[in-house]
Amino acid sequence: MKPLIAGGLAATLCLGLPGCGEKPQTAGARKADTKAYSAATGTDTAGGWKVGDKTSWEAHLATRTKNGQNEYTRTGAH
Amino acid sequence: MARMKFICDAERCIECNGCVTACKAEHEVPWGVNRRRVVTLNDGVPGEKSISVACMHCSDAPCMAVCPVDCFYRTDEGVVLHDKDTCIGCGYCSYACPFGAPQFPSNGTFGLRGKMDKCTFCAGGPEDNGSAAENEKYGRNRLAEGKLPICAEMCSTKALLGGDGDVVADIFRTRVLTRGKGSEVWGWGTAYGKPSGGDTKPAPTKS
Repeated sequence: MKPLIAGGLAATLCLGLPGCGEKPQTAGARKADTKAYSAATGTDTAGGWKVGDKTSWEAHLATRTKNGQNEYTRTGAH
Repeated sequence: MARMKFICDAERCIECNGCVTACKAEHEVPWGVNRRRVVTLNDGVPGEKSISVACMHCSDAPCMAVCPVDCFYRTDEGVVLHDKDTCIGCGYCSYACPFGAPQFPSNGTFGLRGKMDKCTFCAGGPEDNGSAAENEKYGRNRLAEGKLPICAEMCSTKALLGGDGDVVADIFRTRVLTRGKGSEVWGWGTAYGKPSGGDTKPAPTKS
């Protein structure tokens, strides 16, 4: 009888274990996202644009794309 | 602003996997999940080409259309994101995506398939921009920091372009005109529709 009880206890514990690894989740409607330009994210924010100003953010990203990904702006198209 | 888009220049990609590594490191993507990967076309055949593939943030995203819990949304910049709290990990998006972008970590109970993970264009998720919760679920939100996707910014040959669609298309156009070849943009038509004026065949007429 005892081994049966011990086995049952062990099985219960094993089944319960995975629950410890699960994180709480929030069910419900999809959350709304904030605009990318609207919130400062800390010290890693790139300079050259004003937080909350969509126009300056867009202009900054466009400049960053042109300067960072188009080497012809530095070397000229040959 | 135009929509955010990716372009991979197959003439320039040297299959270094720098984009893959940068993405994994920036977002601490778990083992077994690759938001971005490099694919070789016509492998072993002379003239083979490599391209870097991830979520292309399609104009008419099929993943959004098939999701049974409607967890996807599109930002003002055209970036397709999803809410992991709503995702049930069913995998429908994986079947719908023409680029194989949706990834499913098997770190749940008994190896259960977890919630979908994919490229966010470095724009995080619905949590507060730059918050710890956002970082843990989706990785870093570089767009909110005024930066572009790390894969594109890290690309050593500038094969992978990412940013405002008009700007990256202009950069690519200049390249093609300069070198006089390699105008094919893999996945562009699939993700963003046919280029304007691309279909030059006359419309069929009734006899």
